[in-house]
Amino acid sequence: MKTALLADLHANREAVEAVLDHARTQGAQRWVLLGDFVGYGADPAWVVDQVRELVRQGALVVMGNHDQAVVRGAAPHMRPDARYVVEWTRAQLDAAQLDFLASLPMTQRHGDQLYVHANAWAPAGWDYIQSRLEAVRSLHATECRYTFCGHMHEPKLYNLSSTGKAGDFVPTPGVAIPLPPHRQWLVIPGSAGQPRDGNPAACYAMFDESDSSLTFHRVPYDHDSAGAKILDAKLPQRLASRLEDGH
Amino acid sequence: MDPKLYSNSLGYSGAGGQNAGSPLAPGMVIDRFELVEKLHVGGMAHLWKVVEVNHQGDSRLQLIMKVPRIKGGEDPATIVGFEVEQMIMPMLSGRHVPKFIAKGDFTRQPYIVMERIEGVSLRPRLDEAPLAIDEVIEIGSRVATALHELHRQHLVHLDVKPSNIMFRADGTAVLVDFGLSRHDHLPDLLDEEFTLPMGTGPYMSPEQVQFVRNDPRSDLFALGVMLYHFTTGERPFGQPESVRGLRRRLYVDPVPPRTLRPDCPPWLQEVILHCLEVKPERRYQTAAQLALDLQDPSQVALTRRAEKLQRSGAIKTFKRWFFALGAEPGQERAQVTEQLDRSPIIMAAVDIDHATTELLQQLRETVRRIVLTEPGARLACISVMKIARIGMDDLVDADGRSRHVKQLVALKHWARPISKALSLEEGRLTFHVLEAPDVAAAIIEFAQRNHADHIVMGARGASTLRRLLGSVSSQVVAQSDCTVTVVRAAGPTEDSRPAAVAAAAASAGRPADATVDRP
Repeated sequence: MKTALLADLHANREAVEAVLDHARTQGAQRWVLLGDFVGYGADPAWVVDQVRELVRQGALVVMGNHDQAVVRGAAPHMRPDARYVVEWTRAQLDAAQLDFLASLPMTQRHGDQLYVHANAWAPAGWDYIQSRLEAVRSLHATECRYTFCGHMHEPKLYNLSSTGKAGDFVPTPGVAIPLPPHRQWLVIPGSAGQPRDGNPAACYAMFDESDSSLTFHRVPYDHDSAGAKILDAKLPQRLASRLEDGH
Repeated sequence: MDPKLYSNSLGYSGAGGQNAGSPLAPGMVIDRFELVEKLHVGGMAHLWKVVEVNHQGDSRLQLIMKVPRIKGGEDPATIVGFEVEQMIMPMLSGRHVPKFIAKGDFTRQPYIVMERIEGVSLRPRLDEAPLAIDEVIEIGSRVATALHELHRQHLVHLDVKPSNIMFRADGTAVLVDFGLSRHDHLPDLLDEEFTLPMGTGPYMSPEQVQFVRNDPRSDLFALGVMLYHFTTGERPFGQPESVRGLRRRLYVDPVPPRTLRPDCPPWLQEVILHCLEVKPERRYQTAAQLALDLQDPSQVALTRRAEKLQRSGAIKTFKRWFFALGAEPGQERAQVTEQLDRSPIIMAAVDIDHATTELLQQLRETVRRIVLTEPGARLACISVMKIARIGMDDLVDADGRSRHVKQLVALKHWARPISKALSLEEGRLTFHVLEAPDVAAAIIEFAQRNHADHIVMGARGASTLRRLLGSVSSQVVAQSDCTVTVVRAAGPTEDSRPAAVAAAAASAGRPADATVDRP
């Protein structure tokens, strides 16, 4: 059974379409969507509808901080341009779409896999997993062997041995990595809708339960169109240019 | 057995369930493998001969099962090393590793089933050292070839030593035991687990002593230690058992092999000491470059290393010790294959006798540009003397020798502007005159044997000649495994190009030269 895991879609229709196509050709049978469906991009309504459709087909989804912000209104600490995007996004969504975002759970479990947007120790606190330190904190907070999360936009793989030694690894796209079950693993697939590691191609990961192997993928997509729509919508110009340079 | 250095301060409680139940015995079936007999009891693992129950595939393949020895669940070195091997072996392929068949994880019974390589390792030969010089060269060249292949697969072995090297019946070297290895595409589980350098004391490279685990040139250092030992009967750095003892190799250089063995040729000492340089950037840059030297000793550029008859004096050693104190290498995360990419072997095939002056110039200019872009590149210039299939004896006579020398002189003359312009040092430029009835086949074979990354050659100029004789370049383009660039002298385009080259030129969008890239 192959599960495709997407995080931080950020209203980027072009990227999401490309990733879904790619994952289908790679044999994805299950879908997990790790939150932040909106914010930054110009197609929030389309992306939310796409997520709802996947949920109807059995996908598991969790809430991201941007989804929550759009539902509740911008948080006080948000930067002005982020706040502007939140208000704009809210105006693009109808009541049903907003209700859907409001109904998202903070975490989901499937067997020994945990899905959460930011971290396992306080999912609603939205703290980032920026290093081994936070990865270990998150892995200690769950009994699950495998944690999948988003929030950080760069693909990364952490592991924790039973002796308490943690390792981190920047994956090579397209290579299947075995994740043996006597360690704990924390997987950050990377952002589908707004990659930030210098490579503009959309990120996602595929977990194959038959042999506990994980493959990180990068999918090139039409970021020019996605960027043009951001400019047309009068959203901050920086949000368009960063899609092109991947930062 | 060589001592392995590990931290052993860590308890490992996480491998619960391993070796649970009855101990392994002949006749037992684990997953689909039946245990036949115990072949070997090692410090870290047991080896069992196994057969696959209800086997459908190739039954000629003999199988062994490697089972880690876990002492009371308190042995992180064994467990993590075995875990690493379980992750890495399925990623490797080819004749220089045992074929991976299956694995079992630590939640039940940990094992790896793999192809059994018949025979014994190189370990017993150590006791017979010093070996004949020819055998040392043969071992070095075969092992370097195997290492290059592994490095190309993104692997650094990090525990190259005689007991981890075996040979197939046809002489192909096979590396075994990947428990300390590092693969670029996999998390390095060992990197974080231990606080002492990992490796086998006598063979560990200086950078391994300093916790660097991603440099393929570490394996060349270990191979240098082996070749030193096989040549002289002595270990170049003894058998240290403390980190302090290991660090001595950062500043104390080994006794030159010729001091211990007077009949060691200077070129072999050059090769061995070149492998044993403290700084990786002063060693051979790839195993392929080492193999090239071992296969053609006449082309080894001799430096002061070849002439040394005693180790460096106290003052020099003290200086090195002083600088080694502070100089911990920076942890840049380069990939194994990047090192190979930076150090390609470029092969220029030059038709000295028949090519036009314009073509020779154009060829030289193209080669110069390619070599210029890669400061780590080596350039091998070759020329093929066509000989008849029969009557090969002609070549051993005086006339044959003089033709050979003439070609060599002409080849060196051709390359002179390149060597001057680039001030190529330390054997980065070599010359080879091959004798063969089939020019294209000789070029292809040389490229394969020496792991060339890129062949640059001229197209035959006159279309009449090409019609009569066929095109050498199109055969090389079609049949070699590496990138081939076919160079044409500027001039009017001809219609009668060989098809393969014309197609390549069209796809590359360049009318004058054509390049075919291969991974």
